[in-house]
Amino acid sequence: MKISWLPTVAGAAVIATVVRAAFYTPLEARQGAAQKIFYLHVPAAWVAFLAFFLVAAASGVYLWLHDIRLDRFAESSAEVGVVFTTVVLITGPLWAKPIWGTFWAWWDVRLVSTLFLWFIYVSYMVLRGAIESPSLRARYSAVLGILGAFLIPFIHLSVYLFSTMHPMPIVGKPSKPSLPNEMLLTLLLSLASFTLLYFAFLRSRYRYSVDRDALAATVDQDA
Amino acid sequence: MLYEALSPRENVAFAARLYGVRDARARVEASLQRMSMLDRADAPVRALSRGMQQRVSIARAMVHSPQLVLADEPYSGLDESGARALTVLLGELRSAGTAIILVTHNLAEGLSLATHAAVMQRGRFVRYDSADRVEAGSYSTLYREAVGSG
Amino acid sequence: MGNTLSAAWSIARKDLAIEFRTRSAFFSAVIFALLGLVIFYFAWDPTAVSVTDLAPGVLWVIFTFSGLLGLHRSFGVESEDHAIDGLLASPISREAIFVGKAIANLIFVAAVQLVAIPALVVFYNLPLGRVAAPLIAIAVLAAIGLVAIGTLFSAMAVNTRLAELLLPMLSLPFFVPIVIAASQSTAKLLSGRPVAEVSAWLKLLVAFDIVFVAACTLAYPLTVDD
Repeated sequence: MKISWLPTVAGAAVIATVVRAAFYTPLEARQGAAQKIFYLHVPAAWVAFLAFFLVAAASGVYLWLHDIRLDRFAESSAEVGVVFTTVVLITGPLWAKPIWGTFWAWWDVRLVSTLFLWFIYVSYMVLRGAIESPSLRARYSAVLGILGAFLIPFIHLSVYLFSTMHPMPIVGKPSKPSLPNEMLLTLLLSLASFTLLYFAFLRSRYRYSVDRDALAATVDQDA
Repeated sequence: MLYEALSPRENVAFAARLYGVRDARARVEASLQRMSMLDRADAPVRALSRGMQQRVSIARAMVHSPQLVLADEPYSGLDESGARALTVLLGELRSAGTAIILVTHNLAEGLSLATHAAVMQRGRFVRYDSADRVEAGSYSTLYREAVGSG
Repeated sequence: MGNTLSAAWSIARKDLAIEFRTRSAFFSAVIFALLGLVIFYFAWDPTAVSVTDLAPGVLWVIFTFSGLLGLHRSFGVESEDHAIDGLLASPISREAIFVGKAIANLIFVAAVQLVAIPALVVFYNLPLGRVAAPLIAIAVLAAIGLVAIGTLFSAMAVNTRLAELLLPMLSLPFFVPIVIAASQSTAKLLSGRPVAEVSAWLKLLVAFDIVFVAACTLAYPLTVDD
């Protein structure tokens, strides 16, 4: 069996990073061990938004070129993206509770924006599931992909304005910690390994969609 | 393409507005009159019989004096007087130079209007000729002729 | 441009005539709004939360959900007898169809609000006074955004298998900035703050409207199923 290099390298990189984060990176002074979720949470968020940016970009180019491969790419990036977004939404509260004393932080602009990203991903997939015609599905998904990209900045702005006008009584909301080199390096490694993982998942998901569409085409021909 | 909640008059008037018809009011009345729908012109379309709805559809389609008419089984649902009105209307349009493509199973009516006729089988033309060469007498003869052994 | 607007207006008139004839969507939306006002009042402890604090949130949440009731029928009415094909075959531009339907929806939403807002003032005993004019401005801006998004998604949803589910699911995330901006600014105004303090929210609403009216009008032709 041919072993594909990308998933192997990505998998190894992620494992290595997790090990490094857990055992070889110093504990953060104020937050303690819980802070280490940071090394999952931040890269997952980075990938979630990268994936969506690519969905939106592929959607835009699809509307211009009408190449169905772009639609498959967008579909794949969305499905991979929603998984990473879910990781962000799970690790966020897990991190927030010990540190900020609350599971959810409505004033945290990035967390709320990620929540809406999740909603857009999910409605993107439900929309796709509700349309049978491939070309109509591709067009509608592309429209949603682009409109979703326009929405996120408005969510961001709304929550930001909301948080400035309603200072919340929170226990020990941390200011941005300055990262010593050790931690910075772990963070960069985790960003890199998660990005590799994203591309590995994306590629296999894309291949699956190619195979699935080819199979559907032969079934149609037989009919 | 009718709106059930609106009356025939409103439906035809709306179509007239969409196509920017001049003298809209007069044209709407004329169109309704041609299809003998003037006396029920203000009842909501959903209250009309299928045949009357078909007449309204036709009135709606013709109000803007189109240059090309695609008529797909326009006789379906029409009673005798409706069918006659339609034939007269199509004849008038033809004299005015309108191109008409008529798909019908009513061979006699169709041929009386047409300059050319075609028979289609499975999406292909199996016979295409000028109308006077196509005999209306027997549809089955025609069918056998056109389809042949295939 | 003038042509587009007059064509749009023809379509809007037609939609409003249909709605006026049956009135069912309008009544449903109004009753829904009124019931919502009542239910929300009883859902809170009036001694713990003052009604003036409760009212803005209630108003704009109900605004969104009752708006959805009207938006759904916007393209629903075209699916009977394939009426949409009649529109598409005519010389009217696709953009005009969208704008026309959006205008009809806007009038629908405004009509529901003309009942709901006074009802809110009565039920919740709100000190309207000077706030009335800015509140109307907020309502107009919010309605424009709501209608732009809702009309587009109504056009899309009607071509899918899950139309009733998809319209709210697609639209609600997009309605959130509108609801936040409208509620927060209404709350500030009701508690006596000057209009200048809510200018940021108003600017957000204006920017939102500009972006999404343009985007949805441009996107509509892409959603036509021909």
